[in-house]
Amino acid sequence: MSEKKTNRRDFLFTATYAVGAVGVGATIWPMIDQMNPDASVKALASTEVDVSAVSPGKTITVLWRGKPVFIRRRTQDEIAEARSVKLGDLKHPEKDEDRAKDPEWLVMLGVCTHLGCVPLDQKGEYNGWFCPCHGSHYDISGRIRKGPAPTNMEIPKYEFVNANTIKIG
Amino acid sequence: MSDHEYTPKSKFGKWFNDRLPLLTLANHLTDYPTPKNLNYWWTFGGILTFCLITQIVTGLVLAMHYIAHADMAFDSVEHIMRDVNYGWLIRYIHANGASMFFLAVYIHIFRSLFYGSYKAPREIIWIIGIIIYLLMMAAAFLGYVLPWGQMSFWGATVITNLFSAIPLVGEGIVTWLWGGYSVDNPTLTRFFTLHYLIPFLILGLVVLHIWALHVPGNNNPVGIDIKKPSKDTVPFHPYIVIKDGFALLMFMIVFAFFVFYTPNILGHADNYIEANPLVTPAHIVPEWYLLPFYAILRSVPDKLLGVIAMLSAILILAALPWLDSSKIRSAVFRPLYKQFYWILVADVLILGYVGAMPAEGLYLLVARVATAYYFLHFLVILPVLGWKEKTLPIPLSITEPILGGSPNLATAKNKESLNN
Repeated sequence: MSEKKTNRRDFLFTATYAVGAVGVGATIWPMIDQMNPDASVKALASTEVDVSAVSPGKTITVLWRGKPVFIRRRTQDEIAEARSVKLGDLKHPEKDEDRAKDPEWLVMLGVCTHLGCVPLDQKGEYNGWFCPCHGSHYDISGRIRKGPAPTNMEIPKYEFVNANTIKIG
Repeated sequence: MSDHEYTPKSKFGKWFNDRLPLLTLANHLTDYPTPKNLNYWWTFGGILTFCLITQIVTGLVLAMHYIAHADMAFDSVEHIMRDVNYGWLIRYIHANGASMFFLAVYIHIFRSLFYGSYKAPREIIWIIGIIIYLLMMAAAFLGYVLPWGQMSFWGATVITNLFSAIPLVGEGIVTWLWGGYSVDNPTLTRFFTLHYLIPFLILGLVVLHIWALHVPGNNNPVGIDIKKPSKDTVPFHPYIVIKDGFALLMFMIVFAFFVFYTPNILGHADNYIEANPLVTPAHIVPEWYLLPFYAILRSVPDKLLGVIAMLSAILILAALPWLDSSKIRSAVFRPLYKQFYWILVADVLILGYVGAMPAEGLYLLVARVATAYYFLHFLVILPVLGWKEKTLPIPLSITEPILGGSPNLATAKNKESLNN
């Protein structure tokens, strides 16, 4: 009995454990997945916004998927400021050209990338946004310049349906 | 366990006890030999049990009137406050009860730290206690979200976003926790369910906590192992019961003061504004009992490291029995530890204060120093003290220093021989 031989019973045990593990996994998964966004939440995936009333230097905030989206019509000075920043000065280097396809319009999620608060408009040390929760400063392109937030404010998928309407999502 | 076998007196009692030994358990609890020198710092276990029962009972009543829906939750809480008979009283007891619960648990934890109650052979009691403390924080956070005010909503947003710091899967976890792309109705309903569940988990753990306690028995202010039952012990009933009862009455006076005279002083005015996903309140501050950890979170400039530091600050407590290398339990006989203990108390209070202040300038600097010291205490000072500190001689029993007239056995023996 020095060497243990694998016999039919060992095979049966292993097979039973394997099938049992698959069964337990298959039972637990629906319990976990039910907490993910449901069909009705996913159905609200896109929003159309009329921006004809927004004058230069103004920001409107709209709700998309339960989150605020900032739509800012930037002035010429602001655009110049946003485009003159050197990439080397940025914590999360992104060109303003890549963030605002039409330089006049900045469309971004108004959610601080630190812990999800809504930053305040035209505040902070970089003339952009300032998050009151933990002190993150964003510039006029929504890029993180100072504070604990790790990345720039997110740009959602959007497009101009016509000259006055933006479709987000 | 008491040494003697217990037999019920009545015939029915004996019949019942043979089938389900509940009377043996009751006898074990009443006769339980307890160190006779327990001071008032030892009464907080009983007070905490009272707090848990209070939260469960008032919570059950509130759940009869509360509606867990994003459109109705805020109004249903106002309905409880204005329309439901005694609803204001029950809600104020529940809301302030959470604060009282934490007040008591902090005293309970710091009592353990002072008298070394976490050391062998009581490590499991201590670790169960830390798990209870974690669950208490979870329950308090979930409960704070339910009124669906501004602080509820933004507190929920900030705390759930802590998980987004986890690399790769973080965002997925947050979406899963929310059941959507932001804190919304699916979040509220699941938070209500979990808030209802956790107190019963805590209740089960409290049973284990007490069970584990009854294996070695209570630690005591002298911190020595005692024989039980012996001259050093008294039965739990009536001696400890009456002392616990008196302390509980004193505690209830403080509790009632908050409920009846300043029921909102521990809350935030912003939470009487209904949740608005478009506006973040100017100052987001957690409840007072979470402030030290909040200060640690904010004192680290990196998102992931901040979250790690905050969690470590709590979890490091679980490793305490092994970080503290000293064989002497009670700080009474550890002159250096006693001083570091009070520095730690001050450090945690300072962290709590700066946690309530804006994270900038001097406050931020103080928070960083205090955070560093917090970890220094557990990771460096405690292990080093164990072999550097010259401890005072400990008595052989609780009675010995009193009867022998000196805490030192040798001098006590000398005196005895002199008397003879």
